[in-house]
Amino acid sequence: MLSKPFNLFICFLFLFTIANSFFVKAATSNVELIQQNWPFKGFFGRFDKASLQRGFKVYSEVCSACHGLRHISYRDLEGIGYSNDEIKVIAGEYEVTDGPNDEGEMYTRDAKMSDKFVGPYENDKIARLANNGAYPPDLSLIVKARGGGADYIYSLLNGYKDFPENFEASEGMYYNEYYPGNQIAMPPQIEDDIVEFDDGTIATHNQIARDITSFLAWTAEPELERRKSLGVKTLFFLVLITIMLLGVKRKVWKHLD
Amino acid sequence: MKDKETENKSGISDWIDERLPVFTFINHNLRDYPTPKNLNYFWNFGSLAGVTLVIMIVTGILLAMQYTANTEMAFDSVERIMRDVNNGWLLRYIHMNGASMFFIIVYIHMFRGLYYGSYKYPREILWMLGVVILLLMMATAFMGYVLPWGQMSFWGATVITNLFSAFPVIGDYIVTFLWGGFSVDNPTLTRFFVLHYLLPFAIVGVVALHLVALHQFGSNNPTGIDVKSEGDTIPFHPYYTVKDYLGLGVYLIVFAFLVFFAPNFLGHPDNYIPANPLQTPAHIVPEWYFLPFYAILRAVPDKLLGVLLMFAAVMVLFFLPWLDKHKIRSANFRPFYKQFYWLFFINCIVLGWVGAMPAEGIYVLISRVATLYYFGFFLIIMPFLSKFEKTTDLPSSISAAVISEKFDNKEPSSSESYVK
Repeated sequence: MLSKPFNLFICFLFLFTIANSFFVKAATSNVELIQQNWPFKGFFGRFDKASLQRGFKVYSEVCSACHGLRHISYRDLEGIGYSNDEIKVIAGEYEVTDGPNDEGEMYTRDAKMSDKFVGPYENDKIARLANNGAYPPDLSLIVKARGGGADYIYSLLNGYKDFPENFEASEGMYYNEYYPGNQIAMPPQIEDDIVEFDDGTIATHNQIARDITSFLAWTAEPELERRKSLGVKTLFFLVLITIMLLGVKRKVWKHLD
Repeated sequence: MKDKETENKSGISDWIDERLPVFTFINHNLRDYPTPKNLNYFWNFGSLAGVTLVIMIVTGILLAMQYTANTEMAFDSVERIMRDVNNGWLLRYIHMNGASMFFIIVYIHMFRGLYYGSYKYPREILWMLGVVILLLMMATAFMGYVLPWGQMSFWGATVITNLFSAFPVIGDYIVTFLWGGFSVDNPTLTRFFVLHYLLPFAIVGVVALHLVALHQFGSNNPTGIDVKSEGDTIPFHPYYTVKDYLGLGVYLIVFAFLVFFAPNFLGHPDNYIPANPLQTPAHIVPEWYFLPFYAILRAVPDKLLGVLLMFAAVMVLFFLPWLDKHKIRSANFRPFYKQFYWLFFINCIVLGWVGAMPAEGIYVLISRVATLYYFGFFLIIMPFLSKFEKTTDLPSSISAAVISEKFDNKEPSSSESYVK
């Protein structure tokens, strides 16, 4: 008898598998992504805070020259282990336009914890102008907004190669194995020791790529740890109550025999 | 035990019941309600659909309190829900995945009806109300997908609304009318939001009618034989209430797994890119639950014909009770229908699969064959079998079927025995 509700469960799983095969994993070209063993994957996935802080440093010193993080506030940095005082210092390095004040004029002030990350450009037009016509996308959601997620970002950062022969390259573009169409406007940014990590971790190319990807996975899903821990508890509760319901159901239906 | 409960009924409930018979109603429809005793777990999906509708409405109302229906702000307001609203991510992920769960449940519910002939006399209107619910659900889901104003929202809306331009003469007027302008823009978003909020309540209304129609004759059952005596039925409570709870438990495990551990599994990554009218995504793919219909649309080289066929694919369901006039309901006793039925089921999955593939090469051919079978099943095979198919021996009653199953541990009559 236990098999019947179980069948129902299998039925669902089956349909999900079908749904999955529908999926156009329109991710990239046909190249296999480099698979990384991310600590935030799986049922009990957690972020590695030290890695996120290193990733934040990479973002601030490298990426932020062209890419914004407009959905993130400075106060959110608490989530990767910074204290309020540290965040105030970080925010204080940026200026935002506020106002109008009582004289009716706009003024600039230091950014506060409650402000969103200050972006590199005033507007899209300037961003394009500064980047040879290409728009550097906002990175807040980039890990969720690309097929392959974190693995794709990591692969992309490791995917720069010289142009193959006979490849008709456009002016000012770079060859990347993992980018759709293989021509990307972003020059390779990461190299060994381009940043110096405060915790003494050696800043190899791979380490930097891994840390910045982790950080961007966090900006895309800051709720991830809470979601997974709540999920484990919820599933535990549901499985328990379903087993109990199975017992009740059998007991009630026994009367029919 | 039970008698005591009724005796102990407080005076207040009696007083109310005399004037407004709510308790009699509940007793009649949820407690004593005689239900065939042989329903299998596929009969759980009606109540599961009802629960899902409630979940969708509750989460939807809470989300609407935080959402902003404006092209400049919609995307950011959704991100604000995800990041800054207390448990907003949970609400949104439940609502997002709830839509997929709703369609899975309803599709299984429909395939159940198709297999056991639940649409036949005297349940024709019950079935047709179900098709109305499906249509309303499709409209609601489509408009809901537009609200986050991501790339797929925008381009999905553009592609689907543009379908109406295929109609001669009035096509362009319809499209302009739907958009409230000359492209998918702010007026489109605001009206979609209003309708997305409104239609679920229309669904609630039709669901109520669906239930009234259901309780007129009661549930069909796996044998498809009418209830003949009291011995064929059991009271709804406690037997089917507890069975429904058990089904609900299993369902919520699957649902919760999706919400907490794979919330974006059924979505498209492009919808986390804000809508950009100047940049078309590489592949515009509808949500998975529309893919079979999308495949039918693309199977036809002519746009108007494709659109008409796509609508016909749903509309044909209205005529099911008259296309299949075979006296026997359950496919268990119809050896040929049973095989065509499973072929039809596989065919629907194939349609869904080609719907997700690019419309080129071999996929076009597959989608055409599958479309042909989709309509052939309803328009040719069903009427043909109604006339010529002979059935296997039917059990004399529901009770007889239950008993023979219990002692034989075999199907009452297998299809092979007939074919020979």
